[in-house]
Amino acid sequence: MNPELQGRVFPPAEPYLVGREKVREFARAVFATHPINHDTEAAQAAGYADVVAPPTFAVVVQEHTLAQLLAEPDAGIDFSRVVHGDQRFTSTRPIVAGDLLTATLTVASVKTLGPHSMVTAETSVTDAAGEHVVTAISTLVVRGEE
Amino acid sequence: MAAVSATPSFDELAVGDVVAEREFALTRDSLVRYAGASGDFNPIHYRDDVAATVGLPGVLAHGMLTMGFAVQPVVDWAGDPGRVADYQVRFTRPVVVDPAFGATVSVTAKVGQLDVEARVARIDLTVTFGGETVLGKAQVRVVLG
Repeated sequence: MNPELQGRVFPPAEPYLVGREKVREFARAVFATHPINHDTEAAQAAGYADVVAPPTFAVVVQEHTLAQLLAEPDAGIDFSRVVHGDQRFTSTRPIVAGDLLTATLTVASVKTLGPHSMVTAETSVTDAAGEHVVTAISTLVVRGEE
Repeated sequence: MAAVSATPSFDELAVGDVVAEREFALTRDSLVRYAGASGDFNPIHYRDDVAATVGLPGVLAHGMLTMGFAVQPVVDWAGDPGRVADYQVRFTRPVVVDPAFGATVSVTAKVGQLDVEARVARIDLTVTFGGETVLGKAQVRVVLG
């Protein structure tokens, strides 16, 4: 893949409106049964405006920015050779239903290990006020031709 | 539904304490449900023929599904999903989900480190399938204020 991608900042993805039913659907899919994930009254009693998304929900928003990276014409990334190496979410606050989120991807690093490449993509997610919510960091391993 | 529990007391924690343990029984239905919820429709997570074509031992659970449920015992222990400030994993081995029998994944959550000043507990997860760990360096930072 193209080593010159390192440091590239992509244009912000289309803003993502977090729906209450989407939070509940995602919570069910990851076996999240805590009332704060499902019940608005429980969430409000805990001080949140609405139901709170599980810790890995940001992947839904991050996905759109990773699609930008994989589609970049000069990236040279063959999707069928991509393996997810590791993942991290660093939050300032949890995502809550009603949030309007904007995600911006930066290619933090590109490393080459023999025929393979490793790209670390950092997606910074901010809310409607421009405040930081969460940064999702993925390391993708692109397997080279044998 | 999980009970709404009180916030654990930071001062009563010690490194090495097991704070939660749980088993998750995955089926193919779980994978289809996660595909829809997350938008990850890679067919290796629901089609045996595609999985076989790319040389996999079978249909695999999404790594992000395993990451997603492995933190839930910690969320229930912490009493609030908003207390998870940082969560990272390394995907080390796949979870093969049998069409008839599914796959059972076990999670043990242990205190790995205590940041006394910030009152943040680092909880380390051991996540196993068939006796082997499937996530490496799986760490959750929980703010206990």
